[in-house]
Amino acid sequence: MESKAAEMTTAEPLLPEPWIVREVIREMADVVTFVLEPGEGAAAMAFKPGQFNMLYAFGVGEVPISISGDPADVSRLVHTIRDVGLVTHALCAVQPGDVVGVRGPFGSHWPIEQHTGCDIVVAAGGIGLAPLRPVLYHILNHRDQYDDVVLLYGARKPDELLFPGEYDAWRKAGIQVEVTVDNADAAWDGRVGVVTTLIRYGKFESDEATAFICGPDVMMRFTAQELENKGVAPDKLYISMERNMKCAIGFCGHCQLGPEFICLDGAVFVWPRMKRLMLVKEL
Amino acid sequence: MEKALILTLAADRLDQLFHELQGRGYECVGPTLRDDAIVYDHIESSADLPRGWTDEQAPGHYRVKRRDDDAYFGYVVGPHSWKKYLFPPERRLWQLKRAGQKFDRTDTPAEPPRYAFIGVRACEIAALKIQDRVFTGGQFTEPKYAAAREQAFVVAVNCTQAASTCFCVSMKTGPEAQDGYDLSLTEVLTPEHSFVIRVGSDHGREVLAALQTAAATPAHEQAARAGIENASQQARKLETAGLKELLQRNFESEQWDDIAKRCLSCANCTMACPTCFCSSVEDTTDLTGEHAERWQRWDSCFNPDFSYIHGGEVRKTTASRYRQWMTHKLSTWFDQFGSSGCVGCGRCISWCPVGIDLTEEARKMRESEGTCHEGS
Repeated sequence: MESKAAEMTTAEPLLPEPWIVREVIREMADVVTFVLEPGEGAAAMAFKPGQFNMLYAFGVGEVPISISGDPADVSRLVHTIRDVGLVTHALCAVQPGDVVGVRGPFGSHWPIEQHTGCDIVVAAGGIGLAPLRPVLYHILNHRDQYDDVVLLYGARKPDELLFPGEYDAWRKAGIQVEVTVDNADAAWDGRVGVVTTLIRYGKFESDEATAFICGPDVMMRFTAQELENKGVAPDKLYISMERNMKCAIGFCGHCQLGPEFICLDGAVFVWPRMKRLMLVKEL
Repeated sequence: MEKALILTLAADRLDQLFHELQGRGYECVGPTLRDDAIVYDHIESSADLPRGWTDEQAPGHYRVKRRDDDAYFGYVVGPHSWKKYLFPPERRLWQLKRAGQKFDRTDTPAEPPRYAFIGVRACEIAALKIQDRVFTGGQFTEPKYAAAREQAFVVAVNCTQAASTCFCVSMKTGPEAQDGYDLSLTEVLTPEHSFVIRVGSDHGREVLAALQTAAATPAHEQAARAGIENASQQARKLETAGLKELLQRNFESEQWDDIAKRCLSCANCTMACPTCFCSSVEDTTDLTGEHAERWQRWDSCFNPDFSYIHGGEVRKTTASRYRQWMTHKLSTWFDQFGSSGCVGCGRCISWCPVGIDLTEEARKMRESEGTCHEGS
């Protein structure tokens, strides 16, 4: 990845590379996962869990999207996207064979490799599970390196749960998967409530746990605070921030949050670095 | 130690400098009078300089006036800064054609421009160094900036007067250029109209060797020193001690709401600032949808959509946008780039349509904190 960064210092840094859409999975009404392979002139990409790419819908625009695939498989690139604006709408409409522009990978990562031997808590809200799936894949690939592993996942409604087909496989591989929804429907027989209500069900030792948290700002803030209250060391809590980005390489200025550039210093941050900043409105 | 070479060039030989630089393939750009302001533009010769003009500046106020002498550089800084040459306000980054499973680049990357900047003030050299750190000092390098900067020849001009908006002394960036130039000129009117010149680089030495100069006399040097001393007399001050911490302690101060009552969120300060570097991009296609372009434009943290993410803008209020700008400039810039983002040029003060003065706002922030502490 270092050579990749060096390469980009000489070339046009904002020029996307072409990747071919091989598979499109409609996760829910407004969420699509696609699998990309390098097109002509693009090179296979190694990445770490939690890193993101700038994805370019030809002629429409570019947005930062976390990688949701397996970091051990560099032959393809997997992204999961919610249709929330002009560019993501275009990206959600791609078909196999289409070309998508890619720049990356960018940013910091979930330091899963540095926390072997620990209990791991993965806490996700809504589409926040997508940037954390590479952590789960990494754990599945190296299950014996970690002690207890817990996924605490919440979505607004049952039909907005992401990757539901994978939970059983994760459970079988030795991950405790706890799921909740904010608003249940008649068919739902699972837990109801926000993600933080799941913490009490997690089987992990607070003083041995490292937690990776991704979701809306408010969800991350409350989850990190509750885990801290429960005894997890603040410097073992990690969150992933989202802000407007145009360049992803520290030049456009858009993603600043106080002293941080989310694109360079994040998107994954250790909790104490964000704790105060997140409490300031409109920072 | 060898005494630094100090020469003089008679004012009526200034065109020799232009000819020499042009002969070396430089495009000379510098101050010129246009639309009642001194702006940076292409200049062919000394005739294009605003000779005999000066500027009068105050919060929300800028006027050009006639001088009673023929000084070439008898003013300070106007609305433009050199960043427009190294980091243009608008440029196409690339053109692509979609061709099966690849993108064909259809534009030809341009050769880097070769500018000679004529009349760069000390605060502006500080600004160039700050933008160097932004665009070339970090994990990534902006190649077009780096290439243009590498080529640029810098002719500094030391200020011999200050505007009421100047506070380079507070920011320790001026009024005399210490380094970062190829040649530095101090314009003197006595003992005769001439330029006292110092060399700052080998390129500068070569250029100077081609001009008809003379050794500076003590009278020349004394006149130059007197001019710089005159420019050092600045009423406007910014207390920088503890300022970084002060602003990061006061994200939630009511002072921001007070500023927001006056601030129009017009972005003028960010456009005029020589260090502000924010940009946006626009992607477009032709009617076939097969040819696409990306354009980069200066952007501003005062624009509402600057902070837009799905669901809305992060900074909805003017108070939050002014806080972002001022706190970034004077405080978080240290965390990011190891220095202040402010060079004390005063542009944001003069070109603010309602005359908001960041030195005054910083002072009020400091005072409000004192009051607050006493009361609690």
